[in-house]
Amino acid sequence: MISVTMTVNGKPVSGAVEGRTLLVDFLRETAGLTGTHVGCDTSQCGACTIHVNGRAVKSCTMLAAEADGAEIATIEGMANPDGSLGVIQAAFKEHHGLQCGFCTPGMVMSAASLLAENRNPSEAEIREYLEGNICRCTGYHNIVKAIQAAAAQLG
Amino acid sequence: MPADGGIGASTRRREDVRFLTGKGQYTDDINIRGQAYVHFLRSDIAHGKINNIDTSDAENMPGVIRIFTSKDFEGVGGVPCGWQVTDRFGQPMQEPKHPVLAEGKVRHVGEPIAAVVAETREQARDAAEAIIVDIEELPAVIDMKAALQDGATKVHDDLTGNLCFDWGFVEENREAVDEAIRNAAHVTTLELTNNRLVANPMEPRVAIGDYDAARDEHTLYTTSQNPHVIRLLMGAFVLGIPENKLRVIAPDVGGGFGTKIFHYQEEAFCTFAAKAVNRPVKWTSSRSEAFMSDAHGRDHVTKIELALDENGKFLAVRTDTYANMGAYLSTFAPSVPTWLHGTLMAGNYTTPLVYVNVKAVFTNTVPVDAYRGAGRPEATFQLERVIDKAARELGIDPIELRRRNFIQPDQYPYATPVALEYDTGNYPATMDKLVEIADIKGFAARKAESESRGKKRGLGIAHYIEACGIAPSNLVGQLGARAGLYESATVRVNPTGGLVVMTGSHSHGQGHETTFPQVVAEMIGIDAGMVEIVHGDTANTPMGMGTYGSRSIAVGGSAIVRATEKIIAKARKIAAHLLEASDEDIELKDGQFTVKGTDKSVAWGDVCLAAYVPHNYPLEDLEPGLEETAFYDPANFVYPAGAYACEVEVDPETGKVEIMSFCAADDFGNIINPMIVEGQVHGGLAQGIGQALLEHCVYDENGQLVSGSYMDYAMPRADDLPSFVTDTSCQTPCTHNPLGVKGCGEAGAIGAPPAVVNAVVDALADMGVTHIDMPLTPARVWSAIQAAK
Ligand code: FES
Ligand code: FES
Repeated sequence: MISVTMTVNGKPVSGAVEGRTLLVDFLRETAGLTGTHVGCDTSQCGACTIHVNGRAVKSCTMLAAEADGAEIATIEGMANPDGSLGVIQAAFKEHHGLQCGFCTPGMVMSAASLLAENRNPSEAEIREYLEGNICRCTGYHNIVKAIQAAAAQLG
Repeated sequence: MPADGGIGASTRRREDVRFLTGKGQYTDDINIRGQAYVHFLRSDIAHGKINNIDTSDAENMPGVIRIFTSKDFEGVGGVPCGWQVTDRFGQPMQEPKHPVLAEGKVRHVGEPIAAVVAETREQARDAAEAIIVDIEELPAVIDMKAALQDGATKVHDDLTGNLCFDWGFVEENREAVDEAIRNAAHVTTLELTNNRLVANPMEPRVAIGDYDAARDEHTLYTTSQNPHVIRLLMGAFVLGIPENKLRVIAPDVGGGFGTKIFHYQEEAFCTFAAKAVNRPVKWTSSRSEAFMSDAHGRDHVTKIELALDENGKFLAVRTDTYANMGAYLSTFAPSVPTWLHGTLMAGNYTTPLVYVNVKAVFTNTVPVDAYRGAGRPEATFQLERVIDKAARELGIDPIELRRRNFIQPDQYPYATPVALEYDTGNYPATMDKLVEIADIKGFAARKAESESRGKKRGLGIAHYIEACGIAPSNLVGQLGARAGLYESATVRVNPTGGLVVMTGSHSHGQGHETTFPQVVAEMIGIDAGMVEIVHGDTANTPMGMGTYGSRSIAVGGSAIVRATEKIIAKARKIAAHLLEASDEDIELKDGQFTVKGTDKSVAWGDVCLAAYVPHNYPLEDLEPGLEETAFYDPANFVYPAGAYACEVEVDPETGKVEIMSFCAADDFGNIINPMIVEGQVHGGLAQGIGQALLEHCVYDENGQLVSGSYMDYAMPRADDLPSFVTDTSCQTPCTHNPLGVKGCGEAGAIGAPPAVVNAVVDALADMGVTHIDMPLTPARVWSAIQAAK
C-alpha cells in the first residue's frame, strides 16, 4: 500500500492505496465524494472528469498514487461558498442541460475548463471541446445552450 | 396558475440542484457496512457445452468468501418473461428457461457462468480468473435466416428449433392483402435491416443485495425503471420471497431507455447471495460487461411491400420480419416485434389492408428487448422508407404522397386494420408546421449552394405515429401481457397543507419531481413547492408498473389526478362542515374553499389541519385524515404523432454525411412542462440520429461481440449532432385521459431514423442510390455510391 495526500476542493485528504487504485476510485471510496462518476472502462465517456492542478482530467485515466500532492477539484467544490449554484451549474439548470444527471458532473467540469481557456467559444468550439464527454439523455442541445449562456454571463 | 408554475409552465427542475452539486444518489453511491463484492465469470464463448467448472484453486484465493455456480441454484426459478405471444397457428411461443447462472450450456458471450463473492472487488475479479471452466465449443447460431434452416444447430436443445414463434397479424387479412398486392397498379418493395443497438444509459447497472437475518428481510438496491415489477418477478418467480419480506429500491437512476426495465440475473443473484453469505453483496457493472449483458435493442431484418393505386393511394402493406430474440427471452422481448410493431403498420395513413408476419428467432447473442421506442421505430422506419421509395418511383413529391394518404382530422376516432383505434390527431397540421419551420421552399436554393461546393444535399421527410402511454390492461392482457399495465398514486396531505405524492412511476431523467407537482398544484391552486414526490421504493409507494413506453404523464400522471380529485372531494366536505354549508356549494379556487356566491371562505391549510385535528368534526360522516390512493388504467393508448425533416450534406468523395438541420413538429396533446418535453425530444432525436448514422452492435460469425466498448460502438457525441428545431404547437389533446396528454419520450427515436436515411438517399438519388442500411457510415455510403455507378 502507498500512502497519498492531496488537496480536494481545498481540503487535505489522505489515504493508503494500492498501486493499481484509480484516482476516481480514491475520490469515490476514500474521499467519499461520489459526485464523480464512472461510465466506462476505456476512458471514453468523461463522466469522471475532474480538475487536477487546474486542468480537466479523466480521473479514470490516472492512478491515485500519481495524484499525490496534487490540487484536485470535483463537482462537489463547484458551488459558491454560500452553497448556491455557481454560474455554470446555474446555467445548466436554467437551460435544462441535464436529465438523468449521470454525465452532468463531468460535463460541468469540462465546461469549466473550456471557459477557463476560451471565454467566448462558438457553438462549434463547444461541441468539439465536449468530444470526450458522452451524454445519452440530452442530445447535447441544451448543454451547448447552457455553456453559451454561462460564457455570456462570465463575460 | 400557481405562482411557482402550474400546468404549461417551463418550471426549472428541482432535482437539478442535487445532480449539479454531486449530491445525486445513484445505486453505486450506496455502500452498506460489511458489504462484499461479486464478480461474474462470463462466457467468452458464444455457444458451448459446459463439461466442468473447477473452482478449487479460486476458492483458496485471498478474500474469497464463496463461489457460486448453477449447482447453488437448484430449485431456484429462471428469470421469467412477462409476455406470451400466440403464433399464427394458435400455439404458444417457445419459452426456454433463463437460469441465473448458466446451466449445462453457455448460449451467448457474456452469459454468467460462475460468481465470486469476495472481500474486495479486486479479490473477486482475481479469483474469477482462477476458475477453470471446461467448455466444449458448439457452432454459434448468429444469422437469423440460417438459424431457421433445417439441421441448424439449436440454441436450446429442448426446443423444437430456433423459431420462438411465427406470428401473423391480422391473420384473417393475409389473403386479402396478397390479393391487393397482386392486383395493384404499383407495388414498391424494400428490403432493409433495423440495426442492432445497445441502449447505453450512462450509468451502468448496479445491484446490491442486503439481508437482515434477524427479521428475515431482503432488500435489493438496483438501477431499475420499475422497482415493483422487479419485486414481483424476482420474488414470485425466481427466488420465492413474499413481497412483505422483499423491498426493492431504485434510487437516482442514470438513464434507462428501456434496458433498465427488465429483471436481470444479477439482481436475483445479489439478493440470493446476500442471504447465502449473510453479508450485503454488491455488483457494479463495468461498461464492457454492460455491452454483453444489458438487453440489446432492434435487430430486425425486413421485407416490406406497399401497394398503391394509379393515384398514389395506399391499398395494402405486407411486411415480413425476422426479429432477433437473442439466446433467451428477456422480460418484454416477445411484445416488441409483435404488439408494439405490427399494430403501428398503418402509420398515419388510411391503408385499408395490412398484414404483418414476424418470425422471432433464438440466436447465440445477448437477449434483445425494448429500447427507446421498442417496435415502433422498427415499424415507422420500414413504412416511412417504403413510402419515400414509392414517391420516387411514381414521381410524386414525398410530402404530397403522404398528404394524399393521411387520415383526416374529421375521421377520429379512427379504427386501423391493425387493432388500434386512434382517438385524435391532425397530421396535415403537423406536416404544415414542418413545411414552415424547415423552410422546405428554400431547399432548392440550399441544395444549389451545396452543389457549388461539390457536396450532395438531401432532404428527408418522415411522419410518425406511435401508440404509447402503455397500456390498457384489458387489451394488452388479450395480446399476451401477463400483467396489467395501470399506474398508481397515493396523495398524502400533511396537517399544514403540504402534500407528498407517492407514485409507481419512476424517474430516471424525466423530471417527475418537477412535473408531477405542477399538476397537483394547479388542481388545488397552491404552490408547486408544497408538493413532494416520492418514488422508487417499494416500501413507501403503492404497487406500480414503472416508467417506460412514454407512460409516466399519461398513465402515472392520470393516477395522480385521480387521487388528487379524491383528496379535493373529501377536503370540500370538510370545508363545507367548517363553513356550515352544503358541500355542493363549495368551490375550490387558488387554494381557498368558498361558499358559492358569498365571501365565506376557508383556506386549504385550515381544511387540512381540521382533517388531522378533528375537534368539532362530523365523525359519523367523515373519517379524520386526508390521504387517498388511486389506480388508473387507461382506456386506450395515446397516439403522439409528428413530422420530421432532416437535411444532410454528403461528401461524394468520402461518403461522409453531415446533418445540416433537423426539424421536428410534434403533437403531444396538452403539455405540462414544455421545457422538459422539448428536452425529451432532443434526447430521442439524438438516439434516432445515432442509430441512423453511427451506432451498430456487431457480432462476428462465431458470436464474438465485435462492438463491445466505446472504442468500437460509436455513441453520438456533441460534434456529431446539430442544434435541433422543435415545435410542439400542434396539439390535439388525448380524449381519454384527464390531462389530455400524450407521451413524448420515445418520439424522436421513432421519427428520426427514416428522416435521416430518406435525406441521404435523396442526396444520392441522382447517382442511382435507392437504399442504404443503417448505420450510414462513410464506408457504407461510399460503397453504395460505387455500387450504383
Ligand atoms: S469513466 Fe473515465 S472516461 Fe469513462
Ligand atoms: S443527462 Fe443523462 S447522460 Fe447526460
